[in-house]
Amino acid sequence: MAYDKDSQSIVDYIQNFARKHSLFVLAYGTGCGAIEIPPTMTSRYDAERFGIRGAATPRQADVLLITGYLATKSLKRVIRTYEQMQNPKYVIAFGSCTINGGMYWDSYNTINMLDKYIPVDVYINGCMPRPEAVISGFVKLQGEIQAGRAEGWKRYQDNLDEYRANQKKIIKNWTMPDYNW
Amino acid sequence: MEDIGYKIFGAILTTILAFAVGMLYGGLSRKIIARIQNRVGPPVYQNFLDVFKLLSKKSAINHGIMQHFAPLWMIAMSISTLMFIPVLKDGLFFTNLNFSGDIVFLLYIMVFGSLGMALGAGQTGNPNSAIGVSRGLTQMVGFEIPWIMALVALMIQYKTTSLTGLLDIQSESGTWMMFSSPFAFIAAILAMPGMFRYSPFDIVGAPAELASGPISEFGGKYLSLMMTSGSIFAFVKLTLYVDIFLGGASNLIELVIKTFILYLFPVLWGAVSPRFRTEQAVKYFWGWPLFFGVLALLYASF
Repeated sequence: MAYDKDSQSIVDYIQNFARKHSLFVLAYGTGCGAIEIPPTMTSRYDAERFGIRGAATPRQADVLLITGYLATKSLKRVIRTYEQMQNPKYVIAFGSCTINGGMYWDSYNTINMLDKYIPVDVYINGCMPRPEAVISGFVKLQGEIQAGRAEGWKRYQDNLDEYRANQKKIIKNWTMPDYNW
Repeated sequence: MEDIGYKIFGAILTTILAFAVGMLYGGLSRKIIARIQNRVGPPVYQNFLDVFKLLSKKSAINHGIMQHFAPLWMIAMSISTLMFIPVLKDGLFFTNLNFSGDIVFLLYIMVFGSLGMALGAGQTGNPNSAIGVSRGLTQMVGFEIPWIMALVALMIQYKTTSLTGLLDIQSESGTWMMFSSPFAFIAAILAMPGMFRYSPFDIVGAPAELASGPISEFGGKYLSLMMTSGSIFAFVKLTLYVDIFLGGASNLIELVIKTFILYLFPVLWGAVSPRFRTEQAVKYFWGWPLFFGVLALLYASF
């Protein structure tokens, strides 16, 4: 049988099925979007029916949810958190601010494009996205995982130098260890 | 030779049964809590998916040899405790090592899993882990006293320390021990939520407060082993309660019904409760459960 890049073996299929239906979410809630997470998780919109639940620490998490704008200071913590997560890991960027800066596009201390610093798998547009939009973003991520296309973590490992250079452009006092996951 | 074959097959079968039932109960408890909160909730098999997903993680960092061994230690201790519990009253495959250990021995090896977890969590160097471990040990001091008092009362009353002996006494007299020694049963059942660590006694792994406590640095395959061990151990505890107080079970369906009814007590209480502080939890265990434990001892002696 010839190697086909698009086909998955049965093991991959089962693994992706399990990954897709069990997403432990680490919500990095410093932006204004964090207020949309509690209604998404609780009774009204109940994200747990898709297997989505909160993780307490980066070590246990699968999905890093960046809710809104990132100050240059908090970018450092996000990078640190992202690198502590275990592969395979996914990033969902939430709100307009993570796409192009949103209403903070000309601010002196926020970043504009999150994708330059950590690899983003799914964007959720809006300011703010409603819980329906958040759940739709998660379902989109599940589809990507099942298709085997959610490979941001591989992109990060392969292009680590490029990402590091971008990160160090923003963070002047770089005191983190060079490779810490 | 055939005997050894049966024993090995029985041990594997018992472990698989404990894993499946424990995982299913975990999923059911999540579903029940979701229904109480007016949610749809995850599917019943959600915990199997979680464990499988964690097993298929591609990386798992560790901070040292003790952290590497802690989940293995926990799962080894859960399975070895399982081997000493009579799962069914009689039967070919489930008599593993039932006649080799008594209750005193069982009480010792039941805490070994927590000990392994404490050692492993200590090596991660995470301050949340250290706080979680100290809270766990404090809580253990709390619930072990009424629980051991209840068991000692039974040992005095029936003059045996053997689990199978207690089972035989129940099947001979025809009454369950929850009726023939009610105070011991009340003390043991009131101490039970502390063992299961649902709310209000989830002070060890408090997710919002301690970032899941001792397991905060364990990810990937380590976490999946810990979840597996937790499920097996939940089955062990429930079966032990059924054996001692509810007269054991003669077939698997009876076992599942009895253990599930017992399991509903900590789950339903947890679903409607906030979290205790450490000293509130200990105060609870040294209140009414201890009172009924003393009463059970008096009832057994006179």
